[in-house]
Amino acid sequence: MAITLKINGKPQSVDAAPGTPLLWVLRDHLGMTGTKFGCGVAQCGACTVHVDGTPTRACITPHDILKDAEITTIEGVAGDAADAIRTAWVANDVPQCGYCQSGQIMAATALLRDNPTPDDAAIDEAMSGNLCRCATYMSIRRAIKEAASMV
Amino acid sequence: MLMRDLGIIPAQAAGGANAAASPYANFSRRGFMGGAGLFVLGVTLAGCSSYVEPEIDADAFNLTNPGPSPLTDVKGGDATPALWIAIERDGTVKITCHRSEMGQQTWTAMAQIVADELEAEWDKVAIVQAEGHERYGDQNTDGSRSVRFNFHRLRVAGAAMRQMLVAAAALYWKLPVEQCSAERGIVSNTQNGDTLSYGNLAELAGKLAIPAEADITLKTPKQWRYISEEIPSLTVPRIVKGDSTYGIDVKRPGMVYAVVARPPQLFGRVGSVDDAKALAVPGVLQTVRLPDAKPPALFQPLGGVAVVARDTWAAIEGRRALTIAWADGPNARYDSETYAKQMQATARRSGKVRRSRGDVSAALAAADKRVAAEYYAPHLSQSPMEPPCATAEWDGDRLECWACVQDPQSTRDTLAEALGIDKANIKVTPTWLGGAFGRKSKPDFVVEAALIAREVGKPVKLTWTREDDIRHGYYHSVSAQYCEAGLDKDGTCTAWLHRTVFPPISSTFDNTVAEPSDGEMSLGANDVPFVTPNLQVESGNAVGHLRIGWLRSVANIYHAFAVQSFAAELAHAAGRDQKDYLLDLIGPPRKIDPVAEGAVYGNYGAALTEYPIDIGRLRQVVEKAAAMADWGRKLPKGRGLGIAVHRSFLSYIATVIEVAVGKDGTLSIPGVWLAVDAGTVINPRHVRAQMEGGTIYGLSNALYGAITAKNGAVVQDNFPSWRLLRMEEAPREFEVAILPSNAPPGGVGEPATPPAAPALANAIFAATGHRLRSLPLIGADGSKLKLPAKPSV
Repeated sequence: MAITLKINGKPQSVDAAPGTPLLWVLRDHLGMTGTKFGCGVAQCGACTVHVDGTPTRACITPHDILKDAEITTIEGVAGDAADAIRTAWVANDVPQCGYCQSGQIMAATALLRDNPTPDDAAIDEAMSGNLCRCATYMSIRRAIKEAASMV
Repeated sequence: MLMRDLGIIPAQAAGGANAAASPYANFSRRGFMGGAGLFVLGVTLAGCSSYVEPEIDADAFNLTNPGPSPLTDVKGGDATPALWIAIERDGTVKITCHRSEMGQQTWTAMAQIVADELEAEWDKVAIVQAEGHERYGDQNTDGSRSVRFNFHRLRVAGAAMRQMLVAAAALYWKLPVEQCSAERGIVSNTQNGDTLSYGNLAELAGKLAIPAEADITLKTPKQWRYISEEIPSLTVPRIVKGDSTYGIDVKRPGMVYAVVARPPQLFGRVGSVDDAKALAVPGVLQTVRLPDAKPPALFQPLGGVAVVARDTWAAIEGRRALTIAWADGPNARYDSETYAKQMQATARRSGKVRRSRGDVSAALAAADKRVAAEYYAPHLSQSPMEPPCATAEWDGDRLECWACVQDPQSTRDTLAEALGIDKANIKVTPTWLGGAFGRKSKPDFVVEAALIAREVGKPVKLTWTREDDIRHGYYHSVSAQYCEAGLDKDGTCTAWLHRTVFPPISSTFDNTVAEPSDGEMSLGANDVPFVTPNLQVESGNAVGHLRIGWLRSVANIYHAFAVQSFAAELAHAAGRDQKDYLLDLIGPPRKIDPVAEGAVYGNYGAALTEYPIDIGRLRQVVEKAAAMADWGRKLPKGRGLGIAVHRSFLSYIATVIEVAVGKDGTLSIPGVWLAVDAGTVINPRHVRAQMEGGTIYGLSNALYGAITAKNGAVVQDNFPSWRLLRMEEAPREFEVAILPSNAPPGGVGEPATPPAAPALANAIFAATGHRLRSLPLIGADGSKLKLPAKPSV
């Protein structure tokens, strides 16, 4: 049975099996492939989206519990924090392969929105759930601090 | 006249496809003419009379066939400009990148090289990803050699195109070429300041003869505009918007989704399968039985059962609902604990001599002090964040695949063999790769996608889940090593014996091979740079029971771990400073040749004349890294500095690591200082990123990484049990120094990884007195170092 989800401010009709994680609804049903699959068990953060503003692992979140939620993905995340993060990411060439970076940017944007002056400990805590096999961690740390100075 | 300040009104979109007249001008001039009449480059310069760029009608020149390209066989391969460069009417410079983009920034680096010699305007550069085809020469994006293999020929291609554009302008203006000059996408008449843009000149230039290499003038390094500069990435602006296509992101009309249940053991088989429950899962469309794999492993799929569904989740759920009885294969008894003991026993016995200088046995017997140590390193998984994924589409007897592959040519060859069709009917286009680290140089997953697509008659996207990636990989080899040295009464090393035992990568291609190959011995064992008068390198055999494959820096990882750890152990035995002793072991500046001492030595495919093993450069990075770290400074209790140096992929890297170890064994890494000499550098940003990334890759593996097998099957399955280093564990400070060098380019993607583990182990020893010789140092479940009860002697 089709349900309607609100994604990046727009209603989207989805007809997926009950319990299908939001990740695969976004990717396979809606063609929104910016949100990535990394582990399927909420251990890597590649699939991070915002649900009502909170960083959420789309790979373990059933889409059909989100009927009344505001879902934001990398394709739609906007605002001062997101702008600053993207600007700092580009200025520092943070990504290497880039695959985990949708999730990194979603996590970092939420951090900066809630804490405009994060120190190392705050960055560690907010970003700990996001793995990067290219190991861009040092660049991410630099860029978050730079973004904080812009907001 | 300041050409760079020209204000260019963008040309209107070019239509049509009748651009065959010139290989460079990928546009329809006539279509454009029909609309506008006169092409206008509006140029308004204060104080100058208004200049309108005339549109060139290339057909008016009645040029005959310019003849064949004289550049098909320059150093590195075919440098024919049309293979690499297409200039559109609006001035867009399309540069073909034939290597796979996997985070090393090869798109940007290749573009920098071509655009520099071409004198293209950077903002006009766009990349076209090449499909897999022999016309490009080697496309195997591994071995840290995309720049090294292509630097010269891409410069030649760019310079040849520039000269042709200048010649076209000279022809148009009826001037000698000496009176025309090219700068940032525009050729100017040096006599009167008139200009012609590349987009306008491209079609005429394409009708001119391609200059021979002898007639091509490359820029001097001082004239470089983009090479060696910190040019921003071409991929990052797209990545931050989520606008990127990796292997997992490919979309085709009518596409269905698949995952595969594979035998837990290499060469295990499906005994019986009941797919009734799987087919009852909502969204599951069908199952497909894949052929059993037979030795040798090669790049063939592992067999098993595919589940095809309308989305990936349904396929995963369907796979969960399969009932499969697996039949044991020949590797059913593979057990990592037992195997480690066997390898260690082999390492204690004399092996096959691979390099020998002097008389090690006699020197050991005569030594004042003998030191011996054993090292162990487990299997590792490359585990790129994007697991293997491929999309395949059959169109009658033609196959097209899009996949995150490091080598689209071997992918194509493997597909042709596996499917029994002519490779002329197969097209393979690499997507971006969400990391690779060697895993995606093996195209088994693309063959799976193609086999399933042929069966279901629709485009199929095959996704490997993380469990698939970790359980069914091509693993970095497990290894056991034995080192023994003799010291004289002053502590000087008089004898060096290094014995290495590991199942070789060759076993993947011929399962009867158990002897470490010359290729692997060339990675950090046969090229050990020590000046010791008596030196011997030996190998011992080990039979492979998993698919063994390349992983970032390959055998250099375990060889550098043993060699550089043991060097520090000797310093301790001699009562000397680690860094000073290392420099003494390395010896004075000179060039060494392992071949002269009986080794078969590959030197990464390069001639020792062009890329010698240069001990002067090795010493330099040691001294630089030590200076950066303020080596010798007084440290608080529980802190220590470790150093390691290693030449690999023709680059020289020394790494100093500072650790802080708590009484209970908890570890943190306050700082890393790394010095690299990679020869000529295309983009310092790329080098720094690879130095940081390669080091952390090595640290992550050394601290946590272990793939183990029980009853032939890999035990680990996802990130909880296959652990990666996280943000809070990353070094607080990481300083990279790139030593200036005019040597030819070396590799940068891999060589930072090997020195990381020994520098870490040496730092832990300095901090605690505990010498750790077995990896991983913490493991997937641990929270602290596995320190023995008593300090090492």
